[in-house]
Amino acid sequence: MKGSLIIVGFFALGCLTGLFNIIPFNISETNISFYALCALMFSVGLSIGNDPQTIKNFRALNPRLIFLPVMTILGTLAGTALASMVLTHRTMAECMAVGSGFGYYSLSSIFITEYKGAELGTVALLSNITREIITLLAAPLLVRWFGNLAPISSGGATTMDTTLPIITRYSGQEFVVVSIFHGFVVDFSVPFLVTFFCSI
Amino acid sequence: MFTVIGFMFGGIILGYAIKNNRLNFISSIITTLIWLLLFILGIEVGSNQQIINGLATLGLEAIVITIAAVMGSCIAAWLLWYALYKRKKGGKA
Repeated sequence: MKGSLIIVGFFALGCLTGLFNIIPFNISETNISFYALCALMFSVGLSIGNDPQTIKNFRALNPRLIFLPVMTILGTLAGTALASMVLTHRTMAECMAVGSGFGYYSLSSIFITEYKGAELGTVALLSNITREIITLLAAPLLVRWFGNLAPISSGGATTMDTTLPIITRYSGQEFVVVSIFHGFVVDFSVPFLVTFFCSI
Repeated sequence: MFTVIGFMFGGIILGYAIKNNRLNFISSIITTLIWLLLFILGIEVGSNQQIINGLATLGLEAIVITIAAVMGSCIAAWLLWYALYKRKKGGKA
């Protein structure tokens, strides 16, 4: 919980910094976050390779965990279908199209803007950014409430890169292979599912 | 994206090569970098006028869909978790 609050704190501090233009240059035009991500992944790799437990853990991993991406996709679609009952001015297919971004906000919002217009495209952008943020911030809580697989499912398409460090931190390093595999499969499904739900 | 994965595999190989020297400080580096990246993500959200304006109007809709999506997938993940781990160990995860 404390770890999560510190992370929220840094994110909020960043929002305020951006809002009031405290940093004199545009950080999204620099590669700082990319380099930091590379450094982070390198460190994650170091800790995996350096830990003699890791290889044992890989062998002990249940092969039936390959069903996890399917669970993620079905769970997300069921949840977003229910959400369409609350959001009465949106059709079920529109909500499911937004959900089919699985946190892959750049691609899904471009697709949805193309098929359904900028308004739903903006919803897709915000929703999928929020999904990534929720996964990053709530990972410790999700583990406590729904078990070690929950942050991976919640992370959707992002579990092979941006949310991988936080998953290894809170679900455990033995889930790193599942997380990358899961990210890969869900990532691949995004253009197909988004296109499908936009066309019905 | 593949560059990032490549960095991780590079780290795994190097970490394995020097596994006789335990790198106990690495987890604090990971935590610090996570803070840095969240701070940068915050700056990007805060300085993007389109996202800030959108947060007020379409944001609520997006959040409803996101929470439904996250809850749905977490319940599905919990079902798989329960079937694979919890049930066999007599209620202990």
